[in-house]
Amino acid sequence: MSEPNTYDLIIIGAGPGGYVAAIRASKLGMKVALVDKRVTSGGVCLNEGCIPSKALLDSSELFVMARDKFSLHGIVVNPPSLDLSAMMLRKEDVVKKLTDGIAYLLKKNEIERIHGSAVLKGLNAAGLHQVEVIHSFSQPTSSGQQSLLDSVPQSTLMLTAPKIILAAGSEASSLPGISFDGQVVVSAREALAFDQVPEHLIVVGGGFIGLELGSVWRRLGAQVTVMEMLPQILPNMDRQVADMLYRTLRKQGIQFKLGTRITGVRRIGSKAIVLFNSGGGSEEVDCDKVLVAVGRRPLTAGLGLEELGVEFDEKGRVVVDDNYKSSVSGVYAIGDMIPGPMLAHKASEEGVVCVERIAGMTSEVEYEFIPGVVYTWPEASGVGASEEQLKTAGIPYRSGRFNFAALGRARCMDETDGFVKILAHQETDRILGVHIVGPRASDLISEAATVMSFGGTARDIAMICHAHPTLPEAIREAALDVHKESLHT
Amino acid sequence: MEIKIPEVGESVREALLAKWFKKNGDYVKRDEPLCEIETDKITLDLNADAAGVLTISVLEGTTVAVGATIGIVEESEVIAEVSTATSMKIMAERHEEPASSPSLRREMRENNISPDEVTGSGSGGRITLDDLFARIEEKSKMPPQSRPAVAKEHVSVAPSQQNESIVTVQQSKPALSDLKAMPEPAGQISVRTEESPSYSSARDERRPMSPLRKRIAERLVTARQQTAMLTTFNEADLSHVKKLRSDYHDHFLQRHGIALGYMPFFVKACVEALKDFPIVNASIDADDIVYHKYYDIGVAIGGEKGLVVPVLRNADQLKLYEIDISIATFSEKIKANHLAISDLEGGTFTISNGGVYGSMLSTPILNPPQSAVLGMHAIQDRPVARDGQVVIRPMMYLALSYDHRVIDGREAVGFLKKVKEYIEDPEELLLEG
Repeated sequence: MSEPNTYDLIIIGAGPGGYVAAIRASKLGMKVALVDKRVTSGGVCLNEGCIPSKALLDSSELFVMARDKFSLHGIVVNPPSLDLSAMMLRKEDVVKKLTDGIAYLLKKNEIERIHGSAVLKGLNAAGLHQVEVIHSFSQPTSSGQQSLLDSVPQSTLMLTAPKIILAAGSEASSLPGISFDGQVVVSAREALAFDQVPEHLIVVGGGFIGLELGSVWRRLGAQVTVMEMLPQILPNMDRQVADMLYRTLRKQGIQFKLGTRITGVRRIGSKAIVLFNSGGGSEEVDCDKVLVAVGRRPLTAGLGLEELGVEFDEKGRVVVDDNYKSSVSGVYAIGDMIPGPMLAHKASEEGVVCVERIAGMTSEVEYEFIPGVVYTWPEASGVGASEEQLKTAGIPYRSGRFNFAALGRARCMDETDGFVKILAHQETDRILGVHIVGPRASDLISEAATVMSFGGTARDIAMICHAHPTLPEAIREAALDVHKESLHT
Repeated sequence: MEIKIPEVGESVREALLAKWFKKNGDYVKRDEPLCEIETDKITLDLNADAAGVLTISVLEGTTVAVGATIGIVEESEVIAEVSTATSMKIMAERHEEPASSPSLRREMRENNISPDEVTGSGSGGRITLDDLFARIEEKSKMPPQSRPAVAKEHVSVAPSQQNESIVTVQQSKPALSDLKAMPEPAGQISVRTEESPSYSSARDERRPMSPLRKRIAERLVTARQQTAMLTTFNEADLSHVKKLRSDYHDHFLQRHGIALGYMPFFVKACVEALKDFPIVNASIDADDIVYHKYYDIGVAIGGEKGLVVPVLRNADQLKLYEIDISIATFSEKIKANHLAISDLEGGTFTISNGGVYGSMLSTPILNPPQSAVLGMHAIQDRPVARDGQVVIRPMMYLALSYDHRVIDGREAVGFLKKVKEYIEDPEELLLEG
């Protein structure tokens, strides 16, 4: 009875939201088509976002260790030199192994992966949603870099399904009046693949993308200046964490111009002059790269959504209900296309829950326990409410804090910058937020998210035996400090 | 666009950021109210000068200097990374639920059980898997009408061997088979036994004090503790004033567009009495007594958020109708939250009218650094002795609270008697002023 191009579910976008949703749907017994413009799956996250940036962050951190920290450990080496192209190749190899891994998973789950751009065409006579895919026959590129269809032979294909999940993700916003040129004024995608270390990189935007990529190039020797319109970096993070990170990054030589507005960029050959205003009149500065990382906007254009009558909010995001269903019956949306933090793991969660709800299950994304991480060094992470949010919401709380400087393992590692802060409800002791800046904060936050998901209290953490000497001991000490019972301060 | 605490008045150097109407990261429209600030005298809304994304840099409850930046409205189309409004709401709800775990919560949703109907046996009331199963068991024995029937879009996917699947959509009530499996309703007796006692929280309701209320409380206590406050009483016959009002009511209304009230007479009477007793118009500054050569009379007006006392400047130079119009203007400003700090500053004497609420007698409290406050009360027809006869007259008790550190009893009583005389014989006032 099933026609070749008829599916139970068509998912548009094979990023961390879409491909995870596809696998879950397949495991629930649905026949799934997964459409993406990119040959490789994994979306921005895997191809030009989280994964390649972490590959470079890890590489560049090793470089800094060899250059600046080995001697402290008594390891004498010649000053290391940088082979940037080898570093980039390793990064591409990491990406390739992971995209290959997804391709394998999709195949194993018998998911139809279709390469091309999708347009929703409304319902057919049988009441199924039609999706037109303009697809190309180009071969997957080995580099794992994006390969948009352009001049390759094209054909169109009509797919139908009762349900569609939109998971097309987002793209970098540009500054008003300053468009990306792919050479000098670039987005994160290009900043992950510079062929040489810039002399002076200007990062516009003090959010996590700007800080992470700024860190990469700073470690590899670039002069880096972060310009941020607000008077602070990372406005949504806990203020103490953001302030600590700000001070540490400045110590590492990243320059900051806060409260600064970029008024223009003048290109001169392969360089540029950035015009800016920090409140004291117009100034300018030379640089050879400008990374614009001022936020991302949902990719909703070109999918035929307006024509179908899909509703958007004032920020251009798809309006969805608790089932992730849009205003159009049978059309769902997840990830960066809908409100909420633009995080890969949030999109994956939503993908799974959306599919499970389509299958009649009562799954739910527990948004309050979604951790956020900034992969600078030291790293910063947080889950739950910040101290500022608790104050604003008028929730009574106690705060406990422990500095890594007092922690044995951090001393051994010589990574003593930072702290763990635990915010617990004043009456119930239930943990409301945990904020960490310090070594491996990204890994440490999992314990916090786990305990919070279980409705745990600061005393719960304090009563759990933590191995010694380890970094997570800092979490226990912070939990003890909530009741001023800290052992090591 | 920076959001700054505006200049609100000469003596005001700081303000309390009482409440943010918007959350960090919210998109705000131009002219939308952003926050409420309070000085010790007034609350004021700050509106957005531009549309954009709000970043809050000063939290509510913080006292900030005039001119300080409390946040920024970023005028761009850039999308804020995280909107925290919803997650905070969920957070607040979640921490009131008994502790459980993600998979337990899903089981509860699957079985349509809310966390508060399960008795948690774990530490601190934690719900364990056994607690939940016990509850599911118990619920399956309950009469069907006490089970909330959920009608939801239910999609079931049936996998088949040939990788062909059938997706069916149906409006589902509790399945028929479920209903059959349940016993017949056993009368109206509820099987639910573990329902928590309902009287515990209903008897008290706790609400945090608003910042303005806190400030009022502080100031009142201060006035009590740092002055030597004393009250003297008298009463006034309002026959004359009443007659004047009714005689000239239409005429006055026609000429000035406002009905003549009682308050202007009292303002005038107080000004004249203050001229006779300058010490009542004075205030203490450290070791000095400062005599004020001007008559700025505060008039207490009840507002929605508390009592405010706007000041009539140079009341000695105002005509009766001007006083009336000024008071009406103040009332409108209070309603619209448009009162300026300058309207409230620097009074030398205050009149408080408890009579509007029907008070017969009360002791008003000082408004430091002022040294005295007059309390007006309700007008009542009372029998009084006039020329050896008992007659009925519209009477009002007057109270003067004063700071005994500056004002002696003789002066206070004398002042109040003067006020009484002027009120009882307003012709003199009219001749004077």
